[in-house]
Amino acid sequence: MLDKSYYQKVDEIINIHGKTKAALIPIMQDIQAEYKYLAPELLTYVAKEIGVTEAKAYSVATFYENFSFEQKGKYVIKVCDGTACHVRKSSTILSKLYEELGLSKDKHTTDDMMFTVETVSCLGACGLAPALTVNDEVHPAMTPEKVSTLVKELRGEANE
Amino acid sequence: MEYMTIDSRLVPIEGEKNILAVIRKAGIDIPTFCYHSELSIYGACRMCVVEDDRGRIFASCSEQPRPGMVIKTNTKKLQQYRKLIIELLLSSHCRDCTTCTNNGMCDLQSLAYKVGVHAVRFLNNKEQLPLDMSSPCIVRDPNKCILCGDCVRTCAEIQGVGAIDFAYRGSKMQVTPAFNKCLSETDCVGCGQCRVVCPTAAISIRTNVTEVWDAINDPNVRVVAQVAPAVRLAVGDRFGIPKGENSMGRLVTALRMMGFDEVYDTNFGADMTVIEESTELAKRLESGEKLPLFTSCCPAWVKFLENKYPEFADNVSTCRSPQGMLSATIKEYFKKKDEEEGKTTYVVSIMPCTAKKAEILRPDNFTNGRQDTDIVITTVELIRMIRQVGIKFSEIAEEAADMPFGYASGSATIFGITGGVTEAVLRHLSDDKSHNSLNAISISGVRGNDNFKELTAKVGERDVKIAIVHGLARAGQLLEDIKAGKAQYDFVEVMACRRGCILGGGQPYEEGHNTRSARTEGIYKADRMTPVRYTSENPNLKLVYDEVICGKEHELLHRNLKN
Ligand code: SF4
Ligand code: SF4
Ligand code: FES
Repeated sequence: MLDKSYYQKVDEIINIHGKTKAALIPIMQDIQAEYKYLAPELLTYVAKEIGVTEAKAYSVATFYENFSFEQKGKYVIKVCDGTACHVRKSSTILSKLYEELGLSKDKHTTDDMMFTVETVSCLGACGLAPALTVNDEVHPAMTPEKVSTLVKELRGEANE
Repeated sequence: MEYMTIDSRLVPIEGEKNILAVIRKAGIDIPTFCYHSELSIYGACRMCVVEDDRGRIFASCSEQPRPGMVIKTNTKKLQQYRKLIIELLLSSHCRDCTTCTNNGMCDLQSLAYKVGVHAVRFLNNKEQLPLDMSSPCIVRDPNKCILCGDCVRTCAEIQGVGAIDFAYRGSKMQVTPAFNKCLSETDCVGCGQCRVVCPTAAISIRTNVTEVWDAINDPNVRVVAQVAPAVRLAVGDRFGIPKGENSMGRLVTALRMMGFDEVYDTNFGADMTVIEESTELAKRLESGEKLPLFTSCCPAWVKFLENKYPEFADNVSTCRSPQGMLSATIKEYFKKKDEEEGKTTYVVSIMPCTAKKAEILRPDNFTNGRQDTDIVITTVELIRMIRQVGIKFSEIAEEAADMPFGYASGSATIFGITGGVTEAVLRHLSDDKSHNSLNAISISGVRGNDNFKELTAKVGERDVKIAIVHGLARAGQLLEDIKAGKAQYDFVEVMACRRGCILGGGQPYEEGHNTRSARTEGIYKADRMTPVRYTSENPNLKLVYDEVICGKEHELLHRNLKN
């Protein structure tokens, strides 16, 4: 069960966009921006409020890769695997991250809810390849060593 | 008159909304998966492709006919195109046709044959997904889905439920309830209309045939059948009997050959419903309370209302459905005999409907904790049983059902069609029990295919405002109007399935397009041919009320709403 405050926030978001079917996507985007993910309960709630079926809302949400039903860690690390990054060995960056954090292709978020690792097709930072972002801040020209340092820094920061 | 050319022949255009309809009118049964005349046009399956005189290939379901247009429906290019589509569909589809519940009734199977696909060159590397067996009414097998979306549109557009929809995209696309839930966790009302349109066994009837055979093979069980009105008009479809012909006599014989001990007619239950519901209506009209009165015969409708409009729960008639009334009465009738003979009575209800499978499990349909209807099988399952035994259905002699529940009035028969319950109740409430009165009621606006009809009828001194609806989406609209004060009625009849039980979720649907009209005509004919047209003239009713019901109407014939 989500706290009441979530629903209050969602009510605010719905009010901004209006209770129409067409508002589904902007509402979902705002919820995801607020909580970094789209809690299933909230999607069900939104569907009811704006008068679309739950199945339809789910249909729209799963069509776009952008929406995620899983809660994200404090740091969301997006590793670019676009062409430029790929040829510059982004895969070693990714495996290093997986190794450091104990994650895998199927497990995206650490149990302590600190880190989420995802791959994206292109960050649009090809000149800086291989690149990754931490909560939307770009880290260019990554190497496996730099990954270790980065994780340490973030952990330290988190422990402060 | 304007014309277009189809395969070198001139065909008139008479207001058809797409080329496909013109082609079919010209006598060509062009294949389709995703087109249904009552649904919105989706244009996804591309089976209906045609070629024009410039060699352009397009979907005939999605384009309007224009005068002077020249098209071909069966060029070499088109043949190859269709073949490839089927081959691609089959490449990710289970091909164990011999063990499929839909074997012999599957559109994909028959189109693969028609189009001439003899081998599939591609490997099926799709991940196998689990079946959804959570609903007592239907089974979902996502592995057999070809993503035509017919079910999605039926559920949303006709039923206003929207329990299932597409999810994910590309090769991962599926039709599923939200968050991969089970159907039982959604608002699904079990109407089975999605199964009716599904071209494969991706959605099929939840079968209970085994339970029936088990009961028949148990010597300590008295197996009793009741047969709903719409079943007898459809069961013959698969045995070469003309569409819409009343097969009740053969059905009785077949059931006895299978080993049923007693065969009764659900119509008797419908006659009891006429009495109980008319009394209830008269009472509510007098007190002016809980109006409009909503009919309760259709379990999919009752569930829809409970899901979405619980504020109207008190308006729903307290009557059990004809199935429920008859089962409770049968159990009561055999109570003493069962004790004496050390037997148990097992009621098998044969219905055109998948939602009835859920109705029997509702505690408000129990009598003192006893489940009255033991099992429901649909017409389609019954056909399978007849085949299992090898009965030559079209050749066997006709027999009559057993007394006292084997005889019913014509009013009861028409329960199987939209408007029928209303017509039966109006007959019952009319003081004038003549032929003229029957005719006057039949043309008062109760009949016809429209999904919404309204009329005003005189009951005694009072004008009674009536609405008759089929399709739950339309019913939802009506409830909204009532809520908003835009509409006001005294009596509202709702059936979930289009045109009522004759096109129920458990009925067979053969090729050809006159199923609907043949069954409509068949049911009115059955009414006309019954010697007794008014419920009150059914001679067995008095006997049963006096000797079986014995004043226990509330216990046996109404839903127990307390617990
Ligand atoms: S059974 Fe009826 S309500 Fe349920 S999914 Fe199918 S069409 Fe929708
Ligand atoms: S379940 Fe049947 S009707 Fe629905 S999309 Fe799949 S194949 Fe079509
Ligand atoms: S029937 Fe025309 S595209 Fe499916």
